[in-house]
Formats: sequence, structure tokens, C-alpha cells
Amino acid sequence: MLYAILCYDYEDAVGAWTKEEETAVMGRLSAVQEGLARQGRLGPVARLVPTTAATTVRKAQDPVVLDGPFAETKEQLLGFFVVDCADLEEAIETAKDLARANAPGGSYEVRPIAVFRPGQVGTGSAVG
Amino acid sequence: MTDLAWIDAAFTAARPQALGALLRYFRDLDTAEEAFQDACLRALDSWPRNGPPRDPVAWLILVGRNAALDGVRRRSRLEALPDEEALSDLDDAEAGMAERLDGSHYRDDILRLLFICCHPDLPATQQIALALRIVSGLSVKQIARAFLVGESAIEQRITRAKARVSAAAVPFEAPGAAERAERLSAVAAMIYLIFNESYSANAVADRGRAPLCDEAIRLARLLLRLFPAEPEIMGLAALMLLQHARTPARADAAGNAVLLEDQDRSLWSRPMIVEGLALIDKAMRHRRPGPYQVQAAIAALHARAERAERAADTDWAQIDRLYATLERLQPSPVVTLNRAVAVSKLRGAGEALAMIEPLAPRLSGYFFFFGARGAFLQQLGRMEEAREAFNRAIALASTPAEAAHIRMHLDRLAADGDAG
Repeated sequence: MLYAILCYDYEDAVGAWTKEEETAVMGRLSAVQEGLARQGRLGPVARLVPTTAATTVRKAQDPVVLDGPFAETKEQLLGFFVVDCADLEEAIETAKDLARANAPGGSYEVRPIAVFRPGQVGTGSAVG
Repeated sequence: MTDLAWIDAAFTAARPQALGALLRYFRDLDTAEEAFQDACLRALDSWPRNGPPRDPVAWLILVGRNAALDGVRRRSRLEALPDEEALSDLDDAEAGMAERLDGSHYRDDILRLLFICCHPDLPATQQIALALRIVSGLSVKQIARAFLVGESAIEQRITRAKARVSAAAVPFEAPGAAERAERLSAVAAMIYLIFNESYSANAVADRGRAPLCDEAIRLARLLLRLFPAEPEIMGLAALMLLQHARTPARADAAGNAVLLEDQDRSLWSRPMIVEGLALIDKAMRHRRPGPYQVQAAIAALHARAERAERAADTDWAQIDRLYATLERLQPSPVVTLNRAVAVSKLRGAGEALAMIEPLAPRLSGYFFFFGARGAFLQQLGRMEEAREAFNRAIALASTPAEAAHIRMHLDRLAADGDAG
């Protein structure tokens, strides 16, 4: 079963990491991802640009476009992983591995995926 | 990440909002700073044991406020010392505090804190030092190192700035819409000042490291989160991101400046370019152009040429048009000088030279004027005049890297002379 593991954290605090901390955290997260990839369990992974770059389009016949993220929350959605897990237990274990590799504070939300279409993008250079 | 590292990042992130709220309570910068400091000390003791609080900002405000009130009571000897139990049930209090924080206060708290630092009575150097000390929480040592200035000089700037600020008495009422817009634009200018100072002081001398550029970008993101629909703030953030993205390529291994067209574009920071382009795209939708947006749009055209990995792909015609817009919005000889560079690419050095000649009286002390003039003359084969212009530029260079760059031009001239 596929699970989305969504990373929520204080954008301001993550933005205040030094380059060295940033490199260290990203290195440890990569190690967890490599483990998942070796087991053939890792799907798409994304790190999002800060919410200040977000635009919100409200659903309607005549959609309204708003600057900023959909909701002003204390913690923001910063990125996500798609991981293949046998059951919720394994998904939680995977999220725990990621949590231990990451800095304290913030949360991973584990959400089963109902429909998944991997699509075709992301293999080129379009992503920064 | 060690306990200390993430706690430090949490303090840095919480600082503007927490300090802004404490300043509103106590109406005195020193008291607010002391209260925040106290709260941080208690956090260093409590957080590693209990884990990070649900809302670090609310925790720091509440604990800081209580600590400062304790201090006031102690000093006035009106009440017995309160015991630590007063702080025991933080969780409930924190939740209540968090709810109140969600109100509209925090926006004006942070803006006020930033605005205090750019009071019109303060010279630019003091504004920058004060903002980095107060809002960013950098140490005097860090600020001094970033600007290659002695610590005592920075200390003095901060002390003087604080004295002027407290004499000037910034109002604590929530500002009206016009006042708020004015504050916003003053703060934006101050943030860009920090960026520019750091960009010119560090980036080349320190081999592409410019920590204060990162700090200025962080402050712009903070401002943008408070005012998410202001196209000029988007423009400011985009401008800094797109310029700073090039920092790793701006100096070679020997610490010499590398011109934009000669830079290794693979060294440009992709995430910063992606974010900068996203922000300028958002800003343009508002159709309310301003100087930051136009400058960011120019930087965006350079960044987009990066995709093709060739300077030759730069859209100079569009850059010329954008500079023309900027000349209209914010007339300045420096803008015209920059436009002339685009014109030289488009229509040749002759036209560019004609464009900058009238600027001579106003830019007679400006390094880049003589650098550009020398380059245009060189392209036109007027070598003797080019040499003269480059010599003037060297005399005006403010960093060794600037001088070294011009000397390289002179060497090329000399080599050409020998060859011919």
C-alpha cells in the first residue's frame, strides 16, 4: 500500500538553519531514502519552495486567486515522500526513521494514498 | 542536529515576533531584549529535557514577559519573590497565549520592530547594525566580521542608534493603512541595504560566502509572510534571491571577481532561482510595477539564460526595456549606466558611450562609471582613452577585488597593444 508522508514544520525555523545544519539534515534524510530505494519502496519525493512563493486558487466557477498558502498555519507543509509500506505499522516506522534523521520540532503526517498516478514529469531538469 | 543547533534555529525564527510582542508590553527596547534573553536561557534548560514546546514563540513571549515582570517586582521590592511554580503550568497558558497571538497584533509587532531600526534619523550604517542586532539577533562580533569593520565601531553604532531610537519615541498604537504602507517601504529599503552592503563587502572577498545576504532574504520572507499580497515585497525577495543565487560564481578560486557573462552558470543556486522566479511571476500578476519588481525582472532574465547555460541567450532587448521602465520609476544616473550596458550589447558600444557621457559630472566618483566607460572605449578601439578610464576606476575601487578586476582589463589592453 502506498502512503504519503507529509512533512510539516516551522518554515521560519527551517529557514534559520545554518548551511552546515541544512547539509547535515539533508544528508541524513538522503540516507533513509537510499535505504527505502534499495528496498524498492521509494516513490516521488518533493521539497517545496517556501509558502511565501505559494498562490491559492479557490475552487468556483469563477475561481479567485489569492497570494500565499491556502491557510495561515503555525507549521507549514514543506515537502512529502511517497513510500510503499506493507501496513500502517511499517509506514509509521518509516516516518519515525525520517523523524529521527530530521531536526526536532515539526511532524510527519502519514496518509494512505487512494489513487496514485506517477505521471511523467520530474526526470528532466525542470525541477530546481 | 544537536539540541543546541535546533534550539538556536528556533530562537532565531521566534525572535522577531517574540521580541516585537515583548516590546509592545514593555515599550522599551532594552527591557524587551532582556526579557527575550531570559526566556531563551530558560528554554535552554527546559526544551532539551521536555522537547520543543508546541508553540515556541508563545512559550518565549510568555516566559519572557513573566521573567521581566519578576525583575520589575524584585527591583521595586513591592512583592515577595515569586517562586518558579508560577511557570509550572505552561501548557495551558501557552495555549491561551497562542490563541491571542493569532490576532492581528503580531503583524504590527514585527513591522514595528523592523521599523524602529530604519528610523529616518538613523544613518544607513546604524540602521543596518541595529536591525542585525535587534531583529536578527546577530552578535556584535558576527556583524563586525560581516562588514569587515572593528567590533568597537559596530558596538558604537548600535549604542548610538538605540539612544536615538529611544529619544524618537515610535508610537505603539496600531498604525493606519497609510502609515503601515510607509513603514513597509522603509523596512523594505533597509532590508535591501543589508543585502547590498553584504553583497559588495563579502561575496567576492570571502569567496562567495555572504551570510548577511541570506539574512536579508530571511527578513524579506518574513515581511512577505506578513504582507502576502504586496507585489513590491515579492519583487524585493525575488531580486535578492536571484542576485544571491549567483554568489557562488561571482569569485574565482583566487578571490577575483568574475563578470556575469563569464560566470560558470552551473554554480548558480537552483533552489534560489526557482524561488526567485516563482515570486517575480506572482508579483507581475498584480500589474503594479515598482522598482524592486523591475530589477527582479531584469535579474530573472539573466537567471533564465542560465537554463540555456549560455550568456549569449540573454534577452538584452527586454533588459533594455526594463531599465527604461526603471529610469522612469526611479530616475538615477546609476540606472542609466546599467541600461547602457544592455544598449552596448544590443546596439554597440558607440551608442552606449553616448548614453553615459552626460552622466560624467554626476558619476565622477563612481567606480563602475569608469569601469563601463573604459570597456566601451576599449570595444571602440580607443585604447588610450580606455586606459585613462580604467586608471580612474582603479583609483576609485573600494575593494581589492574591484581593483584587481580593472587591472585585468589594463593587462589585456597592454597585451593587445603589444600584439598590435
